[in-house]
Amino acid sequence: MNCVVTGGNVKVLAKAIHSLSRIGDELYLEPQEGGLALRSVNSSRSAYACFLFSPLFFSRYTSPCGQAFRCKMSIKCVQAVFRSLSSLEKTVEKCHIELDGDKSRLTFTLHCKHGLLKTHNLSFQDSESLLAVFDKDSCSNVLRAQPRLLVDTVLHFPPALEEVTLSVSGERVWFRNHLEDEPEQSKAMLTELCLSSDEFDHFAIGAQSSITFCLKELRGLLVFAESTGLPISVHFDQPGSPVVLSVTDSVLEVNFVLATLSDDSNLRNHNNNSTKRAQSPPPPDDFMNDDIDSYLIAMETSDLAGPPDAVAPRQQTSSRTPTTQPPVADHRRESEEEEEEEEDTERPPNKKFRSLFFGSVCPNDSQLTNQTMKSQEVLASDSEDDTQSGCP
Amino acid sequence: MKFRAKIIDVGCLNHFTRVVNTISKLTKTCILRLTPDNLYFVLSGKISSGGVSMWCELSQANFFDEYQLEGVAPDANEICLEVTPENLSRALRTVQNAKCVKIKLTKKHCPCLTFAAELPTLSSISRVVTHDIPVDVIPRRLWQDFKEPKMPDFDVGIYLPPLKTMKNVVDRMKNLSNFLVMEANLNGEMNLKIETDLVSVTTHFKDLGNPPWGGDGSQGRSQSRDPELMAHTRVDIRKLQQFLMGQQVNPSKAMCNIVHKRIIHLILLHEDVSLQYFIPAVA
Repeated sequence: MNCVVTGGNVKVLAKAIHSLSRIGDELYLEPQEGGLALRSVNSSRSAYACFLFSPLFFSRYTSPCGQAFRCKMSIKCVQAVFRSLSSLEKTVEKCHIELDGDKSRLTFTLHCKHGLLKTHNLSFQDSESLLAVFDKDSCSNVLRAQPRLLVDTVLHFPPALEEVTLSVSGERVWFRNHLEDEPEQSKAMLTELCLSSDEFDHFAIGAQSSITFCLKELRGLLVFAESTGLPISVHFDQPGSPVVLSVTDSVLEVNFVLATLSDDSNLRNHNNNSTKRAQSPPPPDDFMNDDIDSYLIAMETSDLAGPPDAVAPRQQTSSRTPTTQPPVADHRRESEEEEEEEEDTERPPNKKFRSLFFGSVCPNDSQLTNQTMKSQEVLASDSEDDTQSGCP
Repeated sequence: MKFRAKIIDVGCLNHFTRVVNTISKLTKTCILRLTPDNLYFVLSGKISSGGVSMWCELSQANFFDEYQLEGVAPDANEICLEVTPENLSRALRTVQNAKCVKIKLTKKHCPCLTFAAELPTLSSISRVVTHDIPVDVIPRRLWQDFKEPKMPDFDVGIYLPPLKTMKNVVDRMKNLSNFLVMEANLNGEMNLKIETDLVSVTTHFKDLGNPPWGGDGSQGRSQSRDPELMAHTRVDIRKLQQFLMGQQVNPSKAMCNIVHKRIIHLILLHEDVSLQYFIPAVA
């Protein structure tokens, strides 16, 4: 592979590398006929990102003919090449990327002003193809927005917040912070932002839905989208199936595929929050409503002593959600799950992110035949299987 | 028990935010006392907080365009909440350009102060952001802990030099010592001193002026005092630094009362806001 990036595209490439570095530790590089693919996946395989730069993005692009070539390397090394974005913009005129298969070297040459050349020789490892299986066109819900809108939205949430819940219904979109089941949850601040469909460039909601995903990767993509000024599309379905964030342009295509929390854990979280809040979004015009009695809430200090009654709302929600388990069975299963989590400390994070790539998206097996890890559950394996086979 | 308030004016919002930011720099948690006329942020000198106490008083009419309060009982028309000022500050920080901010007491999963802001957008419909900040409602029997502290019978009261200057001095001194001696007399002179085995540093301020505390009896001890005689108190330098660092109120008046070897009492006045901060002496 031999390619040259010039002018403002050097910065675009640099921003892409920085975005990818928010996802995983390794950069997967695959020069293809249709362009250069840069990919990354996080260690728990719940987030995947792919930047595909078409040959037109480059002022010169030659891909290796013959057999496909793929490699991976530490993303930190590549990041080091494009370390300072501001000076990059001012000084670098051209970036030359060359792959020498024989010497196993990937060479980045930065042609700077005044004839200065900076050459980075990076070593790499051969790798398998990294491809997430997703079909964003089949998603029932699609939102497209200018990056500014999402940047302003994300700004309201604390930097330490890990996950955010996105809900859509009718003409509105809600973002709220997702809280884990923790004893201190009652002390946590809840933030909710309501956006009208007017603010989106494209707003197509097939089914009312509420998904929870990691904020970190979204922030990573926003860095890229904001610098390029390209709108972001959000494709999603039901909780548990991945959300695809994409940015497309004539010369590049970016897809971030993020796992979402599966329904039962969502449900559990909702039960601990106020049910009203979680299940049905608040009436849209609450804010405009100035009738004081309609939202002033009388409180008695004596009421505050006991914990909130969690049983009634739980049953309510169970019956409202399309679950095949009767509510009682649901209880039992959840409690077993919790026990398991306590015992099995080796499991990675005890979150219920369903694995992205492997089966959860594409039910059609024939499409998956070339996937090596077809139906592997990678993170926090869905404990339904265990319990169903395990219980008498 | 009901509370609802609304800020429309962006200047008021800004000002209120600065007050809350100042409080959040001083303490992790404090009491917010709401009365029909005023809001108070109160920290009572518990051992856990290093003995410092704070009393910040805001007149509601100067901040809020609407303010409705119904206290716990007709004979106690107040609400007393334990809040985390950092949360309030965070909620306010992101709504600085709001068209309108409403603050109300709500019962969600727990009692909350809900900040709801209407943010401007390009479309016809506003963006609405709400922050539910959990609070603890303080039962009436504990209210007595959060009364306004009495003005101590101080030895010397003095106007402070510009706080920025003072901050620069204290910041430097903090590198050398953990304790600072603040001394002042009725002749408008104030010294900030540190003393260690290796070094003694004193910064002298003069012609600061002494506030005329008129006839409220609290200045009994200072009246018959030799104007040259210094009253001094040794305090934890971090507490003083915290006070100087966090303040964003830009006070029109800043003063300090010293009770010899017992306490320093710092007062910031800015139109409608007063902030008092008490730092106890350390031996």
